[in-house]
Amino acid sequence: MLATVTPSPPPAPIAQRQRAIGEVLLAVENISLRFGGVRALSNVSFDIRKGEIRAIIGPNGAGKSSMLNVINGFYHPQEGRILWKGRARSRMRPHEAAKGGIARTFQNIALFKGMTTLDNIMTGRILKMRASFIEQALYVGRGRSEELRERDFVERIIDFLEIAHIRHTPVGKLPYGLQKRVELARALAMEPELLLLDEPMAGMNLEEKEDMCRFILDVNEEFGTTVALIEHDMSVVMDISDRVVVLDYGKLLADGTPDQVRDDPAVIAAYLGVAHG
Amino acid sequence: MIYRETGQFRTSYAEDQAIFRLRQDKIGIAVILAIAWIGIPFFADEYLLRAILVPFLILAIAAIGLNLLLGYCGQISLGTGAFMAIGAYAAYNLALRLPALPLLLDFLLAGLIAAAVGVVFGLPSLRIKGLYLAVATLAAQFFADWAFLRLPWFTNYTPSGSVTAPPLDFFGWVADTPREKYFVCLAFACLTALLAKNLVRSRIGRSWMAIRDMDIAAEIIGIRPMTAKLSAFAVSSFVAGGAGVLWAFVHLGSWEPLAFSIDMSFRLLFMVIIGGMGSILGSFLGAAFITVLPIFLNQAPGLVGIQLSTAMVSHLEFMIFGSLIVLFLIWEPHGLARLWQIGKEKMRLWPFPY
Repeated sequence: MLATVTPSPPPAPIAQRQRAIGEVLLAVENISLRFGGVRALSNVSFDIRKGEIRAIIGPNGAGKSSMLNVINGFYHPQEGRILWKGRARSRMRPHEAAKGGIARTFQNIALFKGMTTLDNIMTGRILKMRASFIEQALYVGRGRSEELRERDFVERIIDFLEIAHIRHTPVGKLPYGLQKRVELARALAMEPELLLLDEPMAGMNLEEKEDMCRFILDVNEEFGTTVALIEHDMSVVMDISDRVVVLDYGKLLADGTPDQVRDDPAVIAAYLGVAHG
Repeated sequence: MIYRETGQFRTSYAEDQAIFRLRQDKIGIAVILAIAWIGIPFFADEYLLRAILVPFLILAIAAIGLNLLLGYCGQISLGTGAFMAIGAYAAYNLALRLPALPLLLDFLLAGLIAAAVGVVFGLPSLRIKGLYLAVATLAAQFFADWAFLRLPWFTNYTPSGSVTAPPLDFFGWVADTPREKYFVCLAFACLTALLAKNLVRSRIGRSWMAIRDMDIAAEIIGIRPMTAKLSAFAVSSFVAGGAGVLWAFVHLGSWEPLAFSIDMSFRLLFMVIIGGMGSILGSFLGAAFITVLPIFLNQAPGLVGIQLSTAMVSHLEFMIFGSLIVLFLIWEPHGLARLWQIGKEKMRLWPFPY
């Protein structure tokens, strides 16, 4: 009755994925950031290479989000410099970072609540649109053709992230997990070179986490997007990232592959504490 | 059952992005336009046209202007009356001092002048939000009130401060009967509604809404807050200025600065809030509510045969109108446009429960 089923070859373990990890895309050098007397970051240096998935981990208050905000242009560090594609970056505003190719999602979702999923993702294409004011007001020429062209692009992201069914739903009405996915979609719509994800799996159940992991790996593999992510779930970090930076009290504690970091005594001490006496 | 999308398939993104996606909507807007352009001009009497429909249309235009700023870009303004005044006086002075220019060009230039002033008074929005911005835009209102009252150049040194608009001569076609004036206002209202709708479904409108909903996130996707906010102020003031020109030239004919006092700014603010923030349709509904309801309340006692003194009627009008606004805001804070939205959802399934 049943045809003989030939077992498919087992999928290659994640660690063996071959990704082209290239030159340094972004390097932060000796960054120090203070808010009044509080030192959020002191003398932190690391780099992010093209094509890799880079995790930033550390206990609460270690300065992880501050680090993303520095890369993103929200905060301006008092000391140190940032090299973007090998060139030192002067003080820049977030919208200039966006123009440079840096996209990001937030720890507590920052979507446009009054707009639909589709419109939210379409905002990610704003930098690609050139229509003049008159063309937009009359909905002619580029005003119309760009809308259609970008809609086509956005629909591909919608397919990719499997959110076609909520296309016309206002995002304020969506459940948490889907909102996180829409926020990822909006960041992807920018076709970024560097994607910063601030706790993309916070507050998700196991299934949603697995979905999100899959999406991040797919994005990285299919589009070649470099990803830097902050995450608390260690199993996720160890599974998907190529290299890990560990921060603690604003200082760099360790930097290396997941295995190296896991065995680092300083990291173990920060996470588990050390026996005194 | 009546309002269902069943069987209507959209096969291209162009169809999916149309303003009116459903066949029922297309028929509905065609009927409304036919009534407005053909039905009303033939059946309405002069009083209805002059005292109700013309002001309604002009205030709807002004409400669209404010709605672009407040409803779409989230920047509150109490200076809409001032921008209307600037448009009106700019058009008056252009017509007076440059008589060679066609009137339509005067209107356009007056709108652009209002837009420029709007950008200047929009500058505080780069630093402050909410109530503080409301107070800052109030400065525009007081400044305009003062300038047009105290600087006699604007009013051409007329001793009373009251000025009279030139005849409405559009390339030889003079609009002087109420019916013709109604057509002028209707044309401008349709045009404004269409252009505003196009703007809010394009890049610029999305960047306004992004600033409104979450300015930090807007910035990380590459929207410059300064460009977005100031363009909203410019477009809003342009539309308000245009409405001011119509209010002065078409509705009032001759006017004094008091015509554009803070009272006007507040009325427009109420229209936007009651009609529905972030909705072009809401601007029309809000304008209808604010202009037509008082007139209806005024006439109602007479219609049902109750004899009241004129003073009593006007006091009652204020009391009922005020309480209606309060009740309405409690029941449906998102305005008449949301009510219409809910109605459409209900009509999809009616008469079945689900």
